Amino acid sequence: MDFALVPQYVVNAVTLGSFYALLAIGYTMVYGIVKMINIAHGDLHMLGAFAGFGAVGLVSALLLPGPAVLIWAVVVAMLACAVVGMFIEAAIYRPIRTDRRSSTTAGPLIAAIGVSYVLQNGAAVIWGPNRNAFPPLLPSNRFEIAGAQVGVTQLVVVALAPLAMLVLYLVVQRTRLGRAMRASSADPAVARLMGIDVERVILITFGIAGAMAGLAGVLVAVYYGSFYVFMGLVAGFKAFTGAVLGGIGSVVGAMLGGYLLGGLEVLGTAIFPAEWKDVFAFIALILLLTVRPTGIVRDASASARV
Amino acid sequence: MPRHPLVSKYASLAAVRDRLPRRPAALGFELADRRVLAVLAVALLLWPFFGSNYWINVAVVVLSYVVLALGLNVVIGFAGLLDLGYAAFYAVGAYLSAILITTYGWNLWICLPVSASAAAVFGVLIGYPTLRLRGDYLAIVTIGFGEITRITINNLTGVTGGPNGVVGIPRPELLGVTFAGPIHFYYLLLALAVVAVFLTNRLAHSRVGRAWTYLREDHVAAEVMGVNAQRFKLLAFGFGASWAGLAGAIFSSRIGIAAPESFTFFESILIVVIIVIGGMGSIPGVIAGAVAMIIVPEILRPLLTYRFLIFGIVLILVMRFRPEGFIPARRLRVRLPAGGVGPEADA
Repeated sequence: MDFALVPQYVVNAVTLGSFYALLAIGYTMVYGIVKMINIAHGDLHMLGAFAGFGAVGLVSALLLPGPAVLIWAVVVAMLACAVVGMFIEAAIYRPIRTDRRSSTTAGPLIAAIGVSYVLQNGAAVIWGPNRNAFPPLLPSNRFEIAGAQVGVTQLVVVALAPLAMLVLYLVVQRTRLGRAMRASSADPAVARLMGIDVERVILITFGIAGAMAGLAGVLVAVYYGSFYVFMGLVAGFKAFTGAVLGGIGSVVGAMLGGYLLGGLEVLGTAIFPAEWKDVFAFIALILLLTVRPTGIVRDASASARV
Repeated sequence: MPRHPLVSKYASLAAVRDRLPRRPAALGFELADRRVLAVLAVALLLWPFFGSNYWINVAVVVLSYVVLALGLNVVIGFAGLLDLGYAAFYAVGAYLSAILITTYGWNLWICLPVSASAAAVFGVLIGYPTLRLRGDYLAIVTIGFGEITRITINNLTGVTGGPNGVVGIPRPELLGVTFAGPIHFYYLLLALAVVAVFLTNRLAHSRVGRAWTYLREDHVAAEVMGVNAQRFKLLAFGFGASWAGLAGAIFSSRIGIAAPESFTFFESILIVVIIVIGGMGSIPGVIAGAVAMIIVPEILRPLLTYRFLIFGIVLILVMRFRPEGFIPARRLRVRLPAGGVGPEADA
């Protein structure tokens, strides 16, 4: 590990952490309400990248400036992933969850694995299994900040992700919908008695989770300049690890956990050979779940939980 | 002799006990006629003499998945522990025996018990830290262990040959017969599958099996009644993993190579799907699941590109419309006497 590179590591960790944090939010919100690990969530962010790519293609004839195209791509991807997420919940997860014959955890989890296979391989049938190049929408300038090289895309990622999270946080904390979400998460039965349409809240939760995944997908594709149909699996696992790190069920925890995991991974790659990169998240997850299953946010108090 | 008050209080539980079947049905599923079983056995033994090499090969693959799925069924079906990293034990068996054979000149027959034991130990080692976890957390951690195992095998080039794997495993030999064709492996795996069916079935109906069922159905109640959860869960992990070790050792000797791509997450999921489709905890279900999941894709070879897509759709449809599988495990049911059981019924 080269200590002169520490500022660079920090920048990279924050960038990587932004992706994980955006995805981790989806895991944590869904788990908070329906107590299910939506394994297919990582694949939604893959769909987001493809939706964004399609959106860019649609407006390419208009010769719009890059940033405008990026905003358009982000909006399309967020909407598309929200719709797909809600569709999956309504058409697949809900009937299985409410089926009394189905085992409570194995049923939805295995269905989610099925959804993951359908999304990945459906996308592979449509778009092919190879890496696709994402058109450069932002200038490739790099600045030097405190000894670290920072690109424009990196700045956008680092700024946009927390902005989205802030909006989400305000929605959860300050709106009627957010209150309904928190209530449904705390106790679905009582929430129902209080007149909350819990099924609708769950549907909206899947929509929000999908939108965040869509945003992450476009940002990943813009940042790395490439995307492919199997990018969701490992990213999803890592983001889930982030959600557990932060204490699953807590939105703020998921954000912190995502950034922490980004840091861990950058640190790991700085110390160990790169081919072990994917092992760190898994080891962190296993250690964490076996030693401290409640996550690092010690008292993820009811107010922070969704 | 005065009886302990509790004994007399629950003495009428004898009413329940008397209604339990005296002997659990063989296979947990009544093959109504022993003659059916005999005909089946003769057919399984004789058909390879008339079948083509292609279908014998398919049968060999089916049988190895029967063994794998029966092993995992102990963990998932009997003990209710959702293990999604079973391919790790398969890999341990395959690599250990491959290395012992190619580097140290052992033969497969000594490797079989060694691989089985090593996989069992590995199973217990992985099982131990996950003991406190249940449901989907356990599932995620086992996925993690499976991936760590695969990546480690892939990266430890000095020991495992890295991405190339361990190559040049010689064909095994037994009593002067070299295992050259699929037919030899067919009989070897058929024997192993029969042993696996017999052992897992007996175990399911033993004290151990009842403890697993109890833990699966109601963890807290089981522990309160004195079932040592830790011991029985580790036993399930270890015993289940040992079958993957055996199947792995035979697998690497059969194809002559042990390579990391044979032990991916998909492999683990395939075995889980076999169990889920057949019916968790149901031995005939697991066998039917293995037959279906291997033979149907063979028939659908022209659709190979869509294989994984169809696979995902099948998973969703089964969970949606037949979550208990196609041949559900039969649960022992006892009707209580009309007056109820307990001190009141006594009076």
